[in-house]
Amino acid sequence: MKKSLEELNAIRDKIKGQVEVRRESSDSADKKYQVLVCGGTGCTSSGSAKIIEKLNEEIEKNGISDKVDVIKTGCFGLCALGPIMIVYPEGAFYSMVKEEEIPEIVREHLVNGHVDTKYLYKETVTDEGIKSLNETNFYKKQHRVALRNCGVINPENIDEYIGTDGYQALAKVITEMKPEDVIQTILDSGLRGRGGGGFPTGMKWKLARNIVPNADQKYVCCNADEGDPGAFMDRSVLEGDPHVVLEAMAIAGYAIGANQGYIYVRAEYPIAIHRLEIAIGQAREYGILGKGIFGTDFDFDIELRLGAGAFVCGEETALMTSIEGNRGEPRPRPPFPAEKGLYGKPTILNNVETYANVPRIILNGAEWFSAMGTEKSKGTKVFALGGKINNTGLVEVPMGTTLREVVEEIGGGIPGGKKFKAAQTGGPSGGCIPAEHFDIPIDYDNLIAIGSMMGSGGLIVMDEDNCMVDIAKFFLEFTVDESCGKCTPCRVGTKRLLEILDKITRGQGTLEDIDKMEELCYYIKANSLCGLGQTAPNPVLSTLKFFRDEYVAHVVDKRCPAGVCKKLLSFEVDPDKCKGCTACARVCPAGAIEGSVKTPHVINKDKCLKCGACIEKCKFGAISKK
Amino acid sequence: MGSTISSIPFAGTSEQEKKLRAVIDSHKNEKGCLMPILQQAQEIYGYLPIEVQKIIAAETGYPLEKIYGVVTFYAQFALNPKGQYKISVCLGTACYVKGSGDIYNKLIEKLGIDGGGCTPDGKFSLEACRCIGACGLAPVLTVNEDVYGRLTVDDIDDILAKYN
Repeated sequence: MKKSLEELNAIRDKIKGQVEVRRESSDSADKKYQVLVCGGTGCTSSGSAKIIEKLNEEIEKNGISDKVDVIKTGCFGLCALGPIMIVYPEGAFYSMVKEEEIPEIVREHLVNGHVDTKYLYKETVTDEGIKSLNETNFYKKQHRVALRNCGVINPENIDEYIGTDGYQALAKVITEMKPEDVIQTILDSGLRGRGGGGFPTGMKWKLARNIVPNADQKYVCCNADEGDPGAFMDRSVLEGDPHVVLEAMAIAGYAIGANQGYIYVRAEYPIAIHRLEIAIGQAREYGILGKGIFGTDFDFDIELRLGAGAFVCGEETALMTSIEGNRGEPRPRPPFPAEKGLYGKPTILNNVETYANVPRIILNGAEWFSAMGTEKSKGTKVFALGGKINNTGLVEVPMGTTLREVVEEIGGGIPGGKKFKAAQTGGPSGGCIPAEHFDIPIDYDNLIAIGSMMGSGGLIVMDEDNCMVDIAKFFLEFTVDESCGKCTPCRVGTKRLLEILDKITRGQGTLEDIDKMEELCYYIKANSLCGLGQTAPNPVLSTLKFFRDEYVAHVVDKRCPAGVCKKLLSFEVDPDKCKGCTACARVCPAGAIEGSVKTPHVINKDKCLKCGACIEKCKFGAISKK
Repeated sequence: MGSTISSIPFAGTSEQEKKLRAVIDSHKNEKGCLMPILQQAQEIYGYLPIEVQKIIAAETGYPLEKIYGVVTFYAQFALNPKGQYKISVCLGTACYVKGSGDIYNKLIEKLGIDGGGCTPDGKFSLEACRCIGACGLAPVLTVNEDVYGRLTVDDIDDILAKYN
C-alpha cells in the first residue's frame, strides 16, 4: 500500500531501535537476540544458507522462537572468515561457522545466555570478555559510508532500510529542496565517480540538467556492470543495501529532471539481481517509486537491464548502446551522454558506490562529507582486498589512507611470512604499486601520478612468488578477449602486445622486444576511442616502470626470478639433501627422474615437463626450481 | 563467446518454441527488447542455435545478421550447447594470483577438451569465467550451482568423481 510521508516516519520510528542496536556491542537489558548471518555471495558460496536453515531448526527445537530473530544480511566485509554470524546485543562474532556447531551455539548462547567463545573470531576474545567488532584490526580503521548498512539490515525488507533513515533524503529533496540546490550540495561535497574515472558527480548532474533546455525525456542510469575481475564492492552494496541505490537514483532523477531510471547489472550476480527485483517491487508498493511520490508531482520509476558478459559495457557509451539492444560498442564523445545518451536523450550514468554515498550527503550535508579524505578526493573509498593477503574482503577507508595501513593493518599482512611485492589497483586498466610506494596516501591523483589508477577499487596483493611479466600477460589476455574490435590499435595492438609478452615468458624475447612493446603501448593509448583501449597497456607500462629488471632477467638471463614461467624453469635435485627415497621418481609423470634406492636422484632435463609434482612430493626439500 | 556454428543437430521441441514465442510477444514492443529476449531464449534452450535466432528474427523484424552480431558479441550467449555439468573456473585476478590458471589447465588435461568445449558424452563443459566475486575463497570453481573454493590441483579428481 502507498505510504505517506507520515507513515514512512512512523515505520522508521518503530524499526529504528531494533536496527541501530546492530551497529555496536552493548549489554542491553533487552534480551531479544538478533542473529545476523551474512547472505552475500562470498558467505553463500561457503554455505551460509545451510547455517540459516540449521539455526531456525535448532531455535524451533529449543522453543525460543519468540526470543530470537534470525536475519539474513548483506556482506560484513571479512569474506576470508565466512560464513560469518554475529549475535546482538553482545556483538559476538562467530567466524567460519560450521553447521555442526550450530546446536551447541544455540544451546549455550541463545538458551543459556553464555557467549560460546570457542567458536568466536579469535581476535575478539580477550581476557576481559569479548571485543567489539569495531575494535578489531580489520574494522577499526574503516569508516563505513557506502557500506553503512551492509551486514546490518535485512536487504529484502524495505522497513529495515527505512529504519536507518532510508528514503528520508529523497523525501527531503522533493519536498524541501530545489533541483539546483540538490546539485549544488553534491558539487560542494566533492563527490567524484567511484567507477574509476573520478569525474565530479555534481558536475555531471549539472550538465545533464542544463545542457539541453526543455528536453522531453531524460534518463538516470546506474552502472552495476562491475567487470574488473577482483572487484566486488558494487555487488556487495546491491546485495546488502539495494534500496540506497534506488533512493539515490530517484534523487538524481529529481535533480536533473528525469522520470525513468535503468540499472544495468551483470548477469553473473544472481543474488544482487534477485534483491534488486525485490527492492524495486517493495518501493513501488510503498509508492516510493512510481507516480506522485510523497504526494508531490514528481514521478520516477526504475527498470533492470541485465548485461551479458562484456567488460567494455562498463564504458558509458557502450553501456547505453547495450541497453538499447545492440552490440555494446562505444561511440565517440562528444556528444557526451549528458547531451545525447540513452536513446539519444540527456542521460547521467553513475556507478553503484557513487550512488550509495548520495543519500548520506543529502542528510548530513556537503561539509560532513568533504571533511573526510584528501584535498581533491573527498569521502571514503571501498576496496576489494584480494590475492595474497590474510583478510580477504571488503574494506571502506577514508581517501588518503596509505597502502601500508590497508595491507598490513586492515588486511593483516601476507600469508606464510612472504614478502610484499606489489599491489595491483584499477584491474586491467590499472597498474602495480611496488613496495617503494607503500606509504603513498591512496587517492585518485596520487595513483595516477605513479602510473596506476583508482579504478573501481579492486586491490590485489602480490607477493614474491608472483611474476610481474606473467601478471602483465594475464591482464593482456583479458583485454584481448574483451576488446570490442571497433578500433584497430586496440584490437590488433593488444594482440601484438600479448604475443610479445608470451614470447618473453617463453624465453625467446630480446631487449629489442621490450623497447618495441613500450612504443606499441603508447601508440595504443593515443589512438583508441574508449577507456578500454586507452588504458589497456597500463599493466605493461607500470610493470615495466617498476619491475624492468624482471623483464630483463627473462630476456637476457632466460630466467624467471619468481619461478612462475614454466619454460624458463629448471628443476634440480640437491644431492646433499636427497635421501634416495624414490618418492619423486614414482610420482614423475614423464619418467624423468633417475636413480636407485638410497642414492641421490638426478632429473633428466630433456624429459622433464616442469610440472612440479616432484617438489610437492619430496619430504626433504631436496628439489628446487630455478 | 563461441563463434562457430554448432555441429550438434538442433533438437528444439514445439513446447520450447511456444514458450519462446510467448517471450517474444511480451517484449517485442519495448525499447531495447533484443537483449531480454535473447537472455530468456537461452534460458529456454540452454543455448542460442541459428534456428532459434531465425525465429527471433522473423518475429521481431530485426535482421538475422544483427541478432547474430549481438549473440556473438556477449560472452554469456552460447552458440553451442553446454554440458550436463557446467564447470567454470574463475580466472579473475584474485583467483589467478592464487593459482587458478593451474587448475584450469589441469581440467583441460583431465577432460581432454579445450576451454569453451564440451565432452563428447555431453557430460561436462568447461569455461573460464571472470570473477564470481567469491574472492575470499580463491581459487574458486563452480559446477552448475555448486561452488568449490580454496582449491588445489589435487582436489580436481575428487570434484569430478562426484559427478561421474
